[in-house]
Order: sequence, then C-alpha cells, then structure tokens
Amino acid sequence: MIGAQILLECLKREGVEVIFGYPGGQVLPIFDKLYDSKIRFILTRHEQGAAHAADGYSRATGKVGVCLATSGPGATNLTTGIANAYMDSIPMIAITGQVKTSLIGNDAFQEADVTGVTRSITKHNYLVKDVKELARIIREAFYIVSTGRPGPVLIDIPSDIQLSDTEFIWPEKVDIRSYKPTYFGHPGQIKKAAKLILASRKPIIYAGGGVITSGAYRELEKLAEKIQAPVTMTLMGLGGFPGTHELSLGMLGMHGTAYANHAVMESDLIIAIGARFDDRVTGRIDVFAPYAKVIHIDIDPSSISKNIRVDIPIVGDAKNILLELISQIKGTPDTSGWLKTVAGWKKKYPLSYKDAGKIKPQYVIEQIFEATGGDAIITTEVGQNQMWSCQWYKYDRPRTFISSGGLGTMGFGFPAAMGVKLGCPDKEVFDIAGDGSIQMNIQELATCVESKINVKVAILNNGYLGMVRQWQELFFKKRYSGVALYSPDFVKLAESYGAAGILVMKKEEVRPAIEKALSLDNTVFIDFRIEPEENVFPMVPAGEALNRMIEGLA
Amino acid sequence: MRHTISVLVENKFGVLARVAGLFSARGYNIASLAVSETMDPSVSYMTIVVEAKDEKVLEQIKKQLNKLIDVISVTDFTKKEHVDRELILAKVKFSVKEKAKLENILNKYAGKIIRHAGESAIIEAVGDQAQIKELLEALNNVGISAFIRTGRIALAY
Repeated sequence: MIGAQILLECLKREGVEVIFGYPGGQVLPIFDKLYDSKIRFILTRHEQGAAHAADGYSRATGKVGVCLATSGPGATNLTTGIANAYMDSIPMIAITGQVKTSLIGNDAFQEADVTGVTRSITKHNYLVKDVKELARIIREAFYIVSTGRPGPVLIDIPSDIQLSDTEFIWPEKVDIRSYKPTYFGHPGQIKKAAKLILASRKPIIYAGGGVITSGAYRELEKLAEKIQAPVTMTLMGLGGFPGTHELSLGMLGMHGTAYANHAVMESDLIIAIGARFDDRVTGRIDVFAPYAKVIHIDIDPSSISKNIRVDIPIVGDAKNILLELISQIKGTPDTSGWLKTVAGWKKKYPLSYKDAGKIKPQYVIEQIFEATGGDAIITTEVGQNQMWSCQWYKYDRPRTFISSGGLGTMGFGFPAAMGVKLGCPDKEVFDIAGDGSIQMNIQELATCVESKINVKVAILNNGYLGMVRQWQELFFKKRYSGVALYSPDFVKLAESYGAAGILVMKKEEVRPAIEKALSLDNTVFIDFRIEPEENVFPMVPAGEALNRMIEGLA
Repeated sequence: MRHTISVLVENKFGVLARVAGLFSARGYNIASLAVSETMDPSVSYMTIVVEAKDEKVLEQIKKQLNKLIDVISVTDFTKKEHVDRELILAKVKFSVKEKAKLENILNKYAGKIIRHAGESAIIEAVGDQAQIKELLEALNNVGISAFIRTGRIALAY
C-alpha cells in the first residue's frame, strides 16, 4: 500500500466517518485515494472552517474530529483551529501535506515548518519521515488525542511519503513508554476529600469541561444531590450539570451569575472537578474564595496548584474519582443554612434585563430556548453573543453548548455548527452569533448549502463589535475606537448562497422568525437588529475580586 | 533560585526544540543545558539548570516537562544528594615568571594544561559551579584571553 492508502485505511479502522478539509498540491495522493473511500469528505471554503468543524464535531459527539489541509498556507490556516482545540482540550487530528522530504528546509513552494509552528498548540505532533512508521504514528495520534487530558495532534506527511509503497501493518496495541495518563485517583486522597466534604457547611462544586470529557455527568449530579451542594460551572462545563436543576447556579466568573460568584467567595469548601481556575473565573487571585479549602480533581497534574493553592489534589479521571468519592462519603453534611443563603442571593440578584425599546438579545436567546424546548445544540461565536448564550439558554445535558472557551476565537461558532450538525443530524443546531464574528467565517455558507448541512444562525446584529464596545464604554470613557461595524445585507447574502435569510426588526417578530427558521429545511441566517448598546451584566472588571461585580440593568 | 533537573527523553529529532519551546512559551529561564546520549541509544539525557523564583514555579516546570509526550522522566536534584560538575576550557597568556603562579592555581583546582605554545596555554578544569568560579577569578589575575564552559551535569547518589 502507498502512504495515502495507509492513512485512509487507518482512519477507517479508527472509526472516522467524516473529514473536513481543503485540497492542494501536497495532498493530491491523499485526495486521489479519498475518491475511492467511504469516508465522507466535506469541502469547506477555508481551512480554518475545516479545523473548527472538526472541533465542533468532536465536542458534540465525543469522537475524534479530523481535518485535512495541504502544506504551507493550508496548514497555517488550520492553526487558529488547532490552538482553539488545544486550549479547550478537544480530541482532534489535523493532517497536513508537506513538501517532499528531499525539499524540506529548502524554502520550497508552499513549504512551512508546520511541526515547528504547531509545537506549542498541539498535545503532540509528528513529521512522518518514513512510510513504514505511518501506521504506528496514526495509531499513536488517535491514542494521544483521546486519552489523558485530550488535545489536538498534528501529523505532517510529505507528499513522497504519501506515494511510497510499503506493507501495511496495523499496530494492534499502542504502547508509549513516556505517556501513561493516570485514571484512578489516589484512595487516600479520596478518603481525605470525603472527610473534608462531610465537615463542610458551605460547600460548592465548581465543574469544568473535564466533567463532560470524562462523561461524569450522572456522577456529578449524584454527588451534588448527596452532599446537597450548589453547583456552578465554567463556560466549558455548561451542560455538565443540568442548568434547570435547583442546585445549579449557572456559570461563574467575569460574566457569571452574581449568586454563583457570591457563593464561591463565601464558601468554606470548593470541590473543583475538571476545571483549571482560569483568570476569567477567579477574578483577582489573591482575594479569591478566602474562606475556602480546595479539593481539586483533574486528570492533568499541571492544572493543579497552578493558579491557586490546593488542599487536596486528586489526579485522575473525573468519573472514576467521583464514583469512588460518592461511595466514601458516609452521611450528608448539614448545608441547609448555606442553601438558604444561596437561595437568598438567587432571589436578590437574578439575571435580568430591561425589556424595552429595541429587541433585546437576551430575549432572542430566551425565545430560542423556548422554541427549541431547550433541546437544540447551541454553538456561539465570541463576545457578547457568547456570554448571553451562557446566561440565557439553560443547558440540561452535556455536549449541547459548544463554544470557544480558552482561546476565545471569533468565527468559531458557524463552522463548528456544521461539524455539530454532521455529528448529530437529528438535533437542531443554532449558532448564536454577532455581526462581527459571523463575518469571520461567513464563507462556510457555501459549504452548508453545498453539503446540505442545515444549521440556523441567529445574528445578534448591533452594528458593533459589542464586547469591545462595552469595555470601551465602561473603561475607556466611551471613546469607541474601531468597533462600529459595517455589515452586508445578511438576508441577501444568505440568499445569494442558496441559504435562507430572515430580517427581524421588532420584538413580536422574534418568535415567528425562529419558528420559521426551524421549519425550513435549509441553512438560515436570522438577522436580529438588536439594541446597539446593550451590555452584558453582571460583570467583574478584569483584575477585580469576584464579588465586586458591576450589576445593573443597561 | 537555581535548580538542577534532569530529563530523560526519547532520542528523536525535535525533542530539544519541544523542551526549549516549553521554556520560552511559559517564560521559564534556562541557565544552562547539557544534552547527551545514554547507554540506550533510544534515550537521551538533558541536564537543565533552571531559574525558578519559588517552589510553585519549579513544580510547574516539572509538571509541564512531564506533560511532553517524549519526556520519559524528570528528576529534581534540589532535595537529592548529588554531585554536579561543569567543565571549563580557558586560554591563558602568561609570562615565564608567572608560570609558577599558574601552576599553583592549577594544582589547587586540579586543572591541567592540555596545549602549550610559547606563553599561551589552554587549560582544562572540572568542578562544581563554585570551584569553577574561583578558578576563573584566580586565572583572571594571570590573564585569560578566552574561555568556554559546559552546562552543568549532575548525578544522584
């Protein structure tokens, strides 16, 4: 078999159903073999779209997403998508063509040192120098992306390797002596944690994306109910605990709910599960949760004690550890007073907005929630649209909120939605976008129409790069610099691609437009002309303590 | 504070770049670095002297190194009984009447002349960091025209 065939045979054996990508000179042998393959190929209109689509597919299904691009510009166009997957620990394989081995280092046409470029944004990467190693490398790559703390792996394959012939040997087992993730928590640590939990009076569970990755959704719910502790989630953790559960406090952090932030600051015990105390979560670090002891469960030892001091670190898989922890907790801590206090905050500081004047974005999202019965998969772009989507849609199940957390990549949501829809064809998929973000990968409209990927895009169109404008309003004396945004007629634009477009100017048109979009068997852009200067509240200013929120109605 | 750590890595191309890239990407400083083969040709040994302002930073450096797929193990010598050495080569110019003085210095620090031509010599010496520093200061009184030293290598008892 030649290298290109080996690649596709390995992908098939790894269970790959779909590849997102773009052809080019140095991947011609792969595309030639793809012609005969049963794996579906989705031609995006930009390599960045391919990477985000593979990422979205992975987030929604838990399977490994695969993207493919040629050397040089094809590969560098993938990099934003790779960095995005890396920051959010998403299992994704990026395959790139490379100039032939004899030309590497010669500044050949469309040559870039792609393993060099992606070293710090991949979990691992490979430059294949011998076709005999190709099968082992692909097998290792799939193992590495999906085990331990997941993350993207890039495989750079020179074109002559794609054409070289060798005997195909499928490695049955993967054994990497230098890579042995820890899955089971230390029993002594788990016992100590159980004791600390029983002794606590004001515990709070702080759940991150690791809960979703490890499939610990049920276990988390069991733990929360057993110890009667409220649960707050990071952006990546939304859906890891039912958003409509009475113990849910929604998201914490910079744009988290006030009650979540107060609860964290007043707690006497934080049980962190698969979360990493990111700066958007902790606010000012030296005054973060001053009364709390911290139990930190994470599969990545380097996440523990990186940002805050941890009392009981437990390294391992969240699901395994929670199962063990639940069985070790003999009794229930008395949290009744605490739950009353938290309920008081919930009542005193609810999420709110003033529903007057122009269409409010919060209202649009509430209506999407109602119209879809909370059953849609939501993707977002980055900025205000993303924060409102965190606040106003309630995610009851894991893998239903797909958003660029760590990297904060504008232009993620739309191509990610394509990947989600391909992975979950029976679900309604909504990208909640801004007029700025949607234009960062708007070319994927062609992909949606061509490949019949039926996603809905709600553009919260305020004529601004809204989140930057909000910061300029609050912290730069309203000197709006570089944020007023001209946009095309999104309805006509969608129609010119063969998609559908709906313009919504009035509040009473919001719900009917959503219903109509859902009824159409097509990709739909809904252009919601919203209040231009609506802000996301509450807000913890950067560098402030978590309970020093700017409240208030815009 | 400086710490000596040793890292056992897969002997593959690009591994040094991964380690060096990790240090620059996360803002850690390498004071010195020595890489060598081992008895097992598939494995290399890196001795790295790092600058870490506190225990937390040192912990992170070790954890981040361990996260690299090609890193097999990380050993921190900070709290381990160990020996460490550096090698120095120095070109020294001296007059005939200073020869005795030079020989005295070399005797004291177990240095030796390995090349000698007229009033110029290349000397070599091995020692820990403090010894090398003292030697350099002493030689400076005679006259060093050039010198080079290796990174530190270390071995636990």
